Amino acid sequence: MSTIHRLRSNAGAALASGVIVLLVAIAVIGPWFNPNNIESLDWAHVAASPGLTGAHWLGTDRLGRDLFARTLEGIRVSLAVACAASAISLSVGIAYGAVAGYAGGRWDQLMMRFIEVLSGLPLIFFVIFLTVIFGRSRYLLFLAIGAIGWLTMARIVRGQTLSIRQREFIEAAVASGAGTGRIILRHVVPNLLGPVIVYATLTIPQIILFESFLSFLGLGIQEPHASLGTLIAEGAGEMEAAPWMLLVPGGVLAVLLVCLSIVGDGLRDAMVGDAGEAT
Amino acid sequence: MTPVLEMENLSVHFANRHGAIAAVREATLTVLPAECVGIVGESGSGKTQTFMAVMGLLSGGACAAGSVRFEGREILGAPASELNRVRGSKLTMIFQDPMTSLTPHLKVGIQLAEVLVTHSHMSWREAEKAALRALERVRVPEARRRLRQYPHELSGGMRQRVMIGMSLLCDPSLLIADEPTTALDVTVQAQIMDILRTMRAESRMAIVLISHDLGLVAGLADRIVVMYAGRVVESAGAADILGRAVHPYTAELLKCVPNLRGPRLERMPSLAGQAPGAASPETGCAFAPRCPLADERCRSERPVLRDAGVAAHQAACHHPLPA
Amino acid sequence: MIRYFIKRLAGAVPTLLIIITAAFFLIRSAPGGPFDQEQTLPPEILANLQTAYGLDLPIWAQYGRYLGALARGDFGPSFKYKDFTVTELIGQGFPVTLQLGALALILALGLGLPLGTYAALHHRSAADHAATSLAVVGIAVPSFVMLPFLGLVFGIYLHWLPVAGWEPGSIRHLVLPVIALCLPPLCIIARMTRGSMLEVLRSQYIRTAHAKGLPLRIVILRHALRPALLPVAGYLAPAVASIMTGSLVVESIAGLPGIGRYLVQGALNRDYTLVMGMVIIYSALLIAMGLAVDVLYAWLDPRIRFGR
Repeated sequence: MSTIHRLRSNAGAALASGVIVLLVAIAVIGPWFNPNNIESLDWAHVAASPGLTGAHWLGTDRLGRDLFARTLEGIRVSLAVACAASAISLSVGIAYGAVAGYAGGRWDQLMMRFIEVLSGLPLIFFVIFLTVIFGRSRYLLFLAIGAIGWLTMARIVRGQTLSIRQREFIEAAVASGAGTGRIILRHVVPNLLGPVIVYATLTIPQIILFESFLSFLGLGIQEPHASLGTLIAEGAGEMEAAPWMLLVPGGVLAVLLVCLSIVGDGLRDAMVGDAGEAT
Repeated sequence: MTPVLEMENLSVHFANRHGAIAAVREATLTVLPAECVGIVGESGSGKTQTFMAVMGLLSGGACAAGSVRFEGREILGAPASELNRVRGSKLTMIFQDPMTSLTPHLKVGIQLAEVLVTHSHMSWREAEKAALRALERVRVPEARRRLRQYPHELSGGMRQRVMIGMSLLCDPSLLIADEPTTALDVTVQAQIMDILRTMRAESRMAIVLISHDLGLVAGLADRIVVMYAGRVVESAGAADILGRAVHPYTAELLKCVPNLRGPRLERMPSLAGQAPGAASPETGCAFAPRCPLADERCRSERPVLRDAGVAAHQAACHHPLPA
Repeated sequence: MIRYFIKRLAGAVPTLLIIITAAFFLIRSAPGGPFDQEQTLPPEILANLQTAYGLDLPIWAQYGRYLGALARGDFGPSFKYKDFTVTELIGQGFPVTLQLGALALILALGLGLPLGTYAALHHRSAADHAATSLAVVGIAVPSFVMLPFLGLVFGIYLHWLPVAGWEPGSIRHLVLPVIALCLPPLCIIARMTRGSMLEVLRSQYIRTAHAKGLPLRIVILRHALRPALLPVAGYLAPAVASIMTGSLVVESIAGLPGIGRYLVQGALNRDYTLVMGMVIIYSALLIAMGLAVDVLYAWLDPRIRFGR
């Protein structure tokens, strides 16, 4: 059974991916159908409860801003940050891992030791620490978020590189006089595609989670932009009076993370099935 | 005399995505008290699964049908609580690979003593003393020290002795030994067989010795049962089978046993082809593709186990070899 | 065993020292001083403040002073909470956080292990499928979403439990935060236990245990449990890290006066000494957990003790 076949027969993953696609579609297309935008303050309907017939489908917040619009923006921001940060951590991770694996020997040991030390520390403390030193800045945020996931990616890539390195076509390339850089790029990288894709899918929810966490604490995305994390923070503060402010973004985030988790698991099971049985 | 074990038409099936796989097909055999029965067959012949079914140790996806009576009581399909009354005390089994058959994180002494604590309701202290005696009985050197060690500190041969000792603790009526020497060195093999022989002489215990090695079985068994593709194909006294095998498969097996006294051979004889897998359907005799005597009848009509003319000698063949 | 423990301990101390040193020098190298946010102070007062906090000394001297103070348990004064030293704040907050975290860990283990074992024993049953699906949700939904949800349902709609706040010695205020905090690790532990228990139950030695006629209870508790726990032991350190991280947000939402909340406030207020102190405490905790896990590993599998 090939990987794709196994994936398609996984009903849960299929459903979950459908939900994700739906959410993204709504986030992108939604504003066209929504008469309200994210910044307008509707003083007539402050803290209004949701009603599909009313002016604001999902209600408004303390300042009269439309919750539907803000939630959609929240989805867009969270996903955008996640993708950008994923790209960063992917590139750094792959580069680091490929170099370590290809170099081998003492360099490899050193580089992996570094990763080991870093893995032990929860990133959040590191970020908080840096926030204290450098204040809240957008670049710091991206750096911190991108710092998630590159560790695991580097480890995996290094493992794969080590095994690929032994294989004959690498010897052939070396024999034909190809430079090290070229070998890494042309031969090693294309063979890494499989596991890299799987772990990239697993990192995205981690990044979304981390970003939401930071934003929730007030260390992440700043006003007037809102990610799902900021919206949840606002909602948590208004829980008693306006519970929908919490339920809507919270629910969306929960659904998004659960679906991403199911898809990631499904992908991983599909790939592992090549080697052994999935439990 | 009530037979210690009576097996009638025992069948074992594994269910998987593609359908049912028959590992054992209508096996029938009997073991009398103090008797040693050798079960011989290639891998995949169903010999191990037969006795896994007897012990109630089949893995989750398997189901067994038929009847198995131990000392007169039906045990096939019995609930675990009932089985546990005889398992480990009167009906014991030792397995092929002593390396993985003992629990790695428990001391040897505990693994021995717990049998007695569970079945004979001894205190732990008394049980440990009995465990020491058991180890000495199977001639484990420095037995007292061994009790306090972990399995990985013992050699393979010693571990198998521990397994044997463990199975004898409650004076069993039947010991099933599934390929007890296959995973061991040749020299150690001889020692283990020796211990089995001694234990048997010292008690009225019946033994079922499962092996693919006919030569090994011949050294201990009173009766030999030959299995092929999940079925019993021949059953007779050991001397009978070794002298004049009736089923062509057994005859071929005998030729494969190296003989120090026979004429020098240019090359070792071996059986051509492979035993059919458990998933293949049965049309006619399973051995027909490899049998030098096979004909059309063999390929279409499955032979049944019947008397082969001599007392207590049965074979499932359309063309049994002449006496 | 003892020798193994001492060896690991000797390795842990330098790690902590490195963290403290790195943290110290990173902070000192930050742009701007701790007094930047205050309104412009007259230079004499600024100079006095610098001396009072020891900021005019060469950096190595400051480092030495800091280490010395640490050894005495003095983390220095808080830059923002003028009336308190960091040590006092830690003293106030640590018990709260410890209660919260310890309860969460105990629940995660105490419920996760039996649930996972039960699921393994009833493999492929309806209960197993339901539990596995719920576990996915429990793992994916973060505690800062879960806690407000729980507060909404149990606090505001059902009025069973308080949503936030804290009274010393009160259990009621801890219930929801502990639940929200323990859910992700609980689900992970349950799933892990289920998987490893399933694998262990397939081993040969479990077959031997059954063949010996041992009752199922004994086969599981004496023969299967210890090896099945190995992966869970490996997860303990990340579990503690996850609980620590979660406690930051849970304390903030629920208004629990623990060191997590101080850490977040310290970060937002740029309170150097406070943040440093908290980071050191958290690191020490993590390292201690790592040590404990190593020792646990060695106990669970005797083969490791012998250096295999």
